[in-house]
Amino acid sequence: MTDLTALTLAEARDALKSRTLSSVELTEAHLSAIERAPGLNAFVAVTADHAMERARASDARLASGEAGPLEGLPIGVKDLYATRGVHTQACSHILDGFKPPYESTVTANLWRDGAVMLGKLNMDEFAMGSSNETSYYGPVASPWLPPNWSAERARAALGGDKRGLLTPGGSSGGSASAVAAKLCLAATASDTGGSIRQPAAFTGTVGIKPTYGRCSRYGMVAFASSLDQAGPIARTVRDAAIMLRTMAGADPKDSTCADSPVPDYEAAVGRSARGLTIGVPREYRMDGMSGEIEALWTRGAEWLRAAGARIVDVSLPHTRYALPAYYIVAPAEASSNLARYDGVRYGLREPGADITDLYENTRAKGFGAEVRRRLMIGTYVLSAGYYDAYYVRAQKIRTLIKRDFEAVFAAGVDAILTPATPSAAFGIGEKGSADPVEMYLNDVFTVTVNMAGLPGLAAPAGLSAEGLPLALQLIGRPFDEETLFTLGEAIEQSAGRMRLPDPWWA
Amino acid sequence: MSVDHTAVRRIAHLARIAVSEAEVPHLQGEINAILAFVAELDAVDVEGVEPMTSVIPMKLPMREDIVTDGEIEPLILANAPLSEDGFFLVPKVVE
Repeated sequence: MTDLTALTLAEARDALKSRTLSSVELTEAHLSAIERAPGLNAFVAVTADHAMERARASDARLASGEAGPLEGLPIGVKDLYATRGVHTQACSHILDGFKPPYESTVTANLWRDGAVMLGKLNMDEFAMGSSNETSYYGPVASPWLPPNWSAERARAALGGDKRGLLTPGGSSGGSASAVAAKLCLAATASDTGGSIRQPAAFTGTVGIKPTYGRCSRYGMVAFASSLDQAGPIARTVRDAAIMLRTMAGADPKDSTCADSPVPDYEAAVGRSARGLTIGVPREYRMDGMSGEIEALWTRGAEWLRAAGARIVDVSLPHTRYALPAYYIVAPAEASSNLARYDGVRYGLREPGADITDLYENTRAKGFGAEVRRRLMIGTYVLSAGYYDAYYVRAQKIRTLIKRDFEAVFAAGVDAILTPATPSAAFGIGEKGSADPVEMYLNDVFTVTVNMAGLPGLAAPAGLSAEGLPLALQLIGRPFDEETLFTLGEAIEQSAGRMRLPDPWWA
Repeated sequence: MSVDHTAVRRIAHLARIAVSEAEVPHLQGEINAILAFVAELDAVDVEGVEPMTSVIPMKLPMREDIVTDGEIEPLILANAPLSEDGFFLVPKVVE
C-alpha cells in the first residue's frame, strides 16, 4: 500500500468499508506523520493512546457491520472545541490547564459517526487573528515553502522562530496546516470573520463556513456569538461535504441552532451546475486589487459558465462597510463573552490584593496583546455614551449588508463568486506589527458573509506567479450549502486537484 | 473620535485588564488606529434602519420549565484554581 496519509477522506472511508485497510493502520500512519512534523507546530496536544483505542474499536465495528459514516477516520480538532478530559484552551494562556468535563455537540456528532480524534490543533488565541501568530503556543508554519526557499533553509527556520516561513492563515491555522501537510484526513475549524476560508485559501485546501445556525455552538469557546460558526477544512470538496453532514444538525443545547434536517451534502457533489445563476459583485473589485487575483476571479467565472451556469453582474453596495462594522460588532461581543475569564472558576489565576486586583492581574497575564486590544475596543464601543454611536450604528449597517444579499438572491441569483483573499499567503512576522488594521484587511472578502449569516465556501483555484495557492469563494443562500458543494466541485474539476507540497519538514 | 490617556486607563479598568503606565501610549495608538478605521461608518445613512438582532430569522425554541441538569458540583469545581468545601475561593470581598 502506498502512503496512507495521501488518501482523501472519501478514499480512506471506502477502503475501510471494503476492509482493504484497517483504522489501526490508517491512524498509525497519521500519528507517525504528526510525530515527524513537530516543527510545523500544527498540533498543541496529540491524543495518540486515545486515537489507537478508538481505531481498534472502529475496526471492530467495521467488522461487525455497525460502522458509522465516518467510522475509523482520523481527524484533527481545533483547540476551541470542548473535548472531555482533553486540552481545550482556544490556545490562550488564560485557560491554562483547562480540561472540560463535557463534550461539544459538533465533536460529539463526529465521534457518534465513528471518527477518530488525533489531537487538538493550534489556532489564534480565541480565534482572534488571521495568521495563527497570536496563539499562546506560538505560530504555525504552512507546509508550503516560501518562494525561492530551499528545503534546507526552511528546515532551519522551522527549528528557530519561524520568521519568513509562510503563515497558514488564521485563525484555524493549525487545522489548515495539518490538513495540507496530510497530518490528518480533515479537521474541524471555526469561522467568525473568515477563519475557515482564509486559512483554506492560503494552504490549497477546501473550507466551508455553513449558514449561521447550521452547526451547534454548544461547547465551542465563544468569540462573537452572532458570527461564530463551526465548519470543516478538508483536502477536497467531497471530503468537506462528508465532514459537514456529520458536524451539522439540530441541538437543544443551542437555541440558535436550526432544527431543519441536514441534507446529504455529498450527493450535491458532482451534480450539474447547468441552469444555476452566479452573481459577480462589482464592489469586490477593490482599489489596488492585484491583477493576479482579478485574473483568477475571471477564470473562475469562465469555468462556471463552461459548466453550464449563467454569469451575471450584481451589486452589493454596502460591501466596503462590512469590515469596519465587523470590528465593532465582533469585539463588542467578545468583550462580553470573555468576561467569564476571571481567575476564579477555571484556568489561570494571578493573585491580587482584592477581587478587582485578582481579575485585572489574571486578565493582564492570561490574555495576549491582540485579545487585550479587542476586549478594550469592545468595552469602549459598549460603554455609556458610545453605545449608540458605535454599536447600534454597526448593527444597523449589518442590516443593510444583509439586505444587499437578499436583494441579489431575490433577483434569481443562486450563488455569488468572489476571490477568497486579497493575496496569497504572507510570511510569519511580516504583517500587523505596526498597525493592527493591516492584518484585519485579510478578511475583506470573507467578513461580509458572517455579517449576513450566509454560507461561504473557499475552493483552491490555482497558483500565484510565485507558486502559492489562491482560492475563490462561493457565497450561498441561507441553508443552501448544497449549491456551494456543487459549484465548488466544478471549480475543483476545472482547476485540477491541488498538488500539495512534499514533506520537506519531516 | 479618538481616545486620550485617561480614556485608555478608564477602558482598561472597565475591561478589568491591568495596564502599566508604560503600555498606555502604545495601546492608545492602536485603539485610535482602529477607531480611525471604523470612522468610515459615519458616512452611511442609517435613518430608519432597524439594528440587526437575529441574522437568520428563527423562532426561539420553547421547552418545559424543568430542571435538566445539576448535582454535578465536583465537575463544576474540577477546573477551579482554588476551591474549598465545595466553594470557589476568592479574596475577601466584604470587610
